[in-house]
Amino acid sequence: MSVPLTLLGLLEREPSHGYELKRDYDAYFGRDKPLPFGQVYATLGRLARDGKVVAGEVEPGAGPDRKRYVITDAGVTEFEAWLAHPVEPEPHLQTVLFAKVVLALMLGRSAGRYLDTQRAAHLQRMRELTELKRTGALVDGLLADHGLFHLEADLRWIDTTAARLDALADVVRRSAPVSPSGRSR
Amino acid sequence: MTRGASVTSTAGAAAASSPGGYLVEARDVVRSFGQTPALRGATVSVAAGEIVAVMGPSGSGKSTLLHCLAGILVPDSGEVWFDGRRVDMLGETERSALRRDRFGFVFQFGQLVPELTAEENVALPLLLGGTRRAAALEDAQVWFGRLGLDGLQGRRSGELSGGEAQRVALARGLVARPKVLFADEPTGSLDSLTGEHVMNLLVGAAREQGTTVVLVTHEARVAAYADREVIVRDGTVNSLSPDPVTP
Repeated sequence: MSVPLTLLGLLEREPSHGYELKRDYDAYFGRDKPLPFGQVYATLGRLARDGKVVAGEVEPGAGPDRKRYVITDAGVTEFEAWLAHPVEPEPHLQTVLFAKVVLALMLGRSAGRYLDTQRAAHLQRMRELTELKRTGALVDGLLADHGLFHLEADLRWIDTTAARLDALADVVRRSAPVSPSGRSR
Repeated sequence: MTRGASVTSTAGAAAASSPGGYLVEARDVVRSFGQTPALRGATVSVAAGEIVAVMGPSGSGKSTLLHCLAGILVPDSGEVWFDGRRVDMLGETERSALRRDRFGFVFQFGQLVPELTAEENVALPLLLGGTRRAAALEDAQVWFGRLGLDGLQGRRSGELSGGEAQRVALARGLVARPKVLFADEPTGSLDSLTGEHVMNLLVGAAREQGTTVVLVTHEARVAAYADREVIVRDGTVNSLSPDPVTP
């Protein structure tokens, strides 16, 4: 999650105070990790320095946060470019799942048992997310869906790998190490 | 209502207590089709009120396991228990009564009776159980509102969308308030959103009336609606699956 670009996006919606940006960021993007106030103002300071936002005049009233931030044309351009660019698909086969399976096979341990355990953990998390969908608001459901689809993709990889463990074990034990693409080296 | 009477009076000689005290159990069940083994000693226990997903690759034996648990198939060896009774010891007539009176079923393609209206399809288990037509249709009517099917009572299966037909099938599976609902790939023919809707309804209704559910699926997203999963592989149940809820 890019905090500066996300804040730019929130500012493109409407000029906002720092505390409003934090509130909206936490509500939509920071449920597991709320944004510290310090990071909000440090980010806004850098965006202002780079000409992506400007701070308005200090508004009358009490409280420390009396400046409203406004996005500039340069800020809008940067945000739109980011929004239009697809996120790089993550190379899931490079993850710890892959490493654990290969290491288990290399060391003569039960990779199948590890995959079963991992499958159970994935399904448990999917149950939690499904319950969130069933009982939560639509925004929660959309976030849960994102997690569910990724976990489902992992599970397909786990099932496919489980079905190929014997062949994979032959390759790994015969000629370790193995490249992530499956080619022996 | 006389549902369950014929079953309760049968298999008394075989009845003791269920080995583990669960509502549904298979113990070391073996079942082959000709020379092809489908189950090679499958053991699984389901507590009352649980929703259990049976997962596994194609051809692993998960549907055969469901059919044995539901008394549709008789195992070659091993034991199948329901509510303290040996299902595998029952004759065809008794198993048929058990399926009609105590179990509900939902299959992948609904399998509605095409000659009947949606309303008659839902009422069918009640009619077969001896409930008078007016009372059966009245009971069925409740489910149309509950599952968002109002207005579709008079339609036949060919006039229903896949999601509508599956909701009618779900209503038919639950209308007689079965002790156990057996669902074999209930969302397998539906798109993702429609399948989600059907699963929400299935789980909601089952929990509301305390129905135990045995759900066969190869989809993790569907299995995630269950309390736990068991994995069937090469005709046996994965011993690493989580322990069942203690009854």
